[in-house]
Amino acid sequence: MDEILPFVVGILYAASLYLMLQRNFVKLIIGLIMMGHSTNLFLFSVSRLTRGAPALVDGDAEKLTGIFADPVPQALILTAIVIGFGIQAFAIVLIKRNYDVAGTDDMDKLNTTDKINAA
Amino acid sequence: MMGVLVILPLLIPLFAAIFCLLSWKNINGQRMIVLAGSFLLLVGSAFLLREVWLHGIQVMQIGNWPAPFGITLVADLLSAGLLLTTSLLGIFVFIFSIPNINLERKEYGFYPILMFLLFGISGALLAGDIFNLYVWFEVMLMSSFVLLSLGGTKNQLEGSVKYLVINFLASSIFLAGIGVIYGLTGSLNMAQISLLLPEIADKGLVTLAAIFFLVGFGIKAGLFPLFFWLPAAYHTPPSAITAIIGGLLTKVGVYVLVRFFTLIFFSEVPYLQPYLFVIAGLTMFVGVFGAIAQNDFRKILSFSIISQIGYMIMGLAIHTPLAIAAVVYFIIHNMLVKTNLFLISGVVYAAAGSFKLKKLGSIYAKFPFIAFLFIISAFSLTGVPPLSGFWAKFLLIKAAVASNYFIIVGVALVVSALSIIYITKIWNEVFWKKAPDGEGSEKIFYNQTSFLRLNRLLILPVVLLTIIIVAMGFYAEPFLDFSVQAAEQLFNRDNYIKVILRK
Repeated sequence: MDEILPFVVGILYAASLYLMLQRNFVKLIIGLIMMGHSTNLFLFSVSRLTRGAPALVDGDAEKLTGIFADPVPQALILTAIVIGFGIQAFAIVLIKRNYDVAGTDDMDKLNTTDKINAA
Repeated sequence: MMGVLVILPLLIPLFAAIFCLLSWKNINGQRMIVLAGSFLLLVGSAFLLREVWLHGIQVMQIGNWPAPFGITLVADLLSAGLLLTTSLLGIFVFIFSIPNINLERKEYGFYPILMFLLFGISGALLAGDIFNLYVWFEVMLMSSFVLLSLGGTKNQLEGSVKYLVINFLASSIFLAGIGVIYGLTGSLNMAQISLLLPEIADKGLVTLAAIFFLVGFGIKAGLFPLFFWLPAAYHTPPSAITAIIGGLLTKVGVYVLVRFFTLIFFSEVPYLQPYLFVIAGLTMFVGVFGAIAQNDFRKILSFSIISQIGYMIMGLAIHTPLAIAAVVYFIIHNMLVKTNLFLISGVVYAAAGSFKLKKLGSIYAKFPFIAFLFIISAFSLTGVPPLSGFWAKFLLIKAAVASNYFIIVGVALVVSALSIIYITKIWNEVFWKKAPDGEGSEKIFYNQTSFLRLNRLLILPVVLLTIIIVAMGFYAEPFLDFSVQAAEQLFNRDNYIKVILRK
């Protein structure tokens, strides 16, 4: 797994950036979601993968010994997933409203606020 | 138990926001809660600043877990000073928002979101570990997304989409940087990272993490070439919202860059310095030219934010105690002045009904008092002595000359001169020229006194902010003293580490 995960993360990053650069709203949303996933997997992989060794202290031991899975990145990922979920949910509603108001799903048409003499 | 003071700036806006949510239907009740909340926040952060000034860095370990393991809140002079500025602006923008924000927006939660925004900013300023910083940034950004899109006009939604997508990307990059730091040091506490990072053998990975943070916060602060979302989004919501977001959020990004590059990545600065200088110079230039090209009051001010951010990055790049002191003074000055200018654009809108330069005019003839308020803040922004912007730029240039960086001095002075052009453009188009016929005629108040009396809640915060800006220029001594002390504290890393880790 240690060898595969970096490639998975890289491909996910590349795919999400590719999707975010598309003009379609739906692809933008999928790109945002995949960007969140790739960052979470990246955080997961920095702690080195340890299989079948949870960070549990035995009944009478004082502290952990030997090899154990680092629990901190897992806690970070849980937090990041929740935050990312909130932002993605908001983004979907915002983009839906935008589609209703602007009547288009083409990002290239969303340039009125960039124009110097905007209406 | 002085540690309680450190957590008060978080608890006050949080509880104010919760009470606002509980009285969802009662707008007047929400207004009283926010008034009480922002006033208490101001008092709390003033006491915190006093405590930090008298007794040094204040620390609170949440749940009494010792430092590298638990969540740490830290207040040093820089964060306490910015916190006081933030809470001051919070109360002014709240007063301004009473007439400026329409009832529909208030019914959909303007007041609680405003409190959540202050909650997030306070947290980002006080956070003592990097993952907590990420969480506070998300609280702050989530509130700003809602504030920007609240009301749902076409332009607001369009600006919000750009703002949201680019900020989500920036947060992901920031989070990846946290991952690299954790992988290298096994810690998230800023003090411990500062202690462990110089011992890392693989300097390449440290630089990589530094670049992750520079890009992530560069997007949030609006550095060249990552600023395009800023002028597309900031001018779309009502003036009160533009004022608080435009005045504060980019500066919180700069604050984090200052904190990271003085505490954690100080060893990376010599390597990054040439790039930082190039970025700073280009940010200044692009911002000022963008501002000159625009034809909308608030878009000019949005581009001028970018130009001012360039000055702060210039100070960060010079990286001497004097330069960092200049940055501290510059951030506080810029928060106040930029917020005030956005508020004045809102007053002009109330008087003439537009932000478009083409449709405005004759403000000086009809309302000389508004023109007077504008010109003080505008002069301060461009750096006319003896107003606050002069001291900020003077200190920066003094620091640059002392370290022999003459090219950036030239760039800063040229940009400073160019900034007079966009201020003159606003002055000519909005205040001086004759108003075009038939524009905004239904909103014209023929008598200045009646306008001021009817809109006293709009004028009051602008007048108070102008007094503070003038005081910051004429009585610069205590403010400069504060900035120098804050910079010294930032460079005294050993003390910071000792206070937090109790070593």
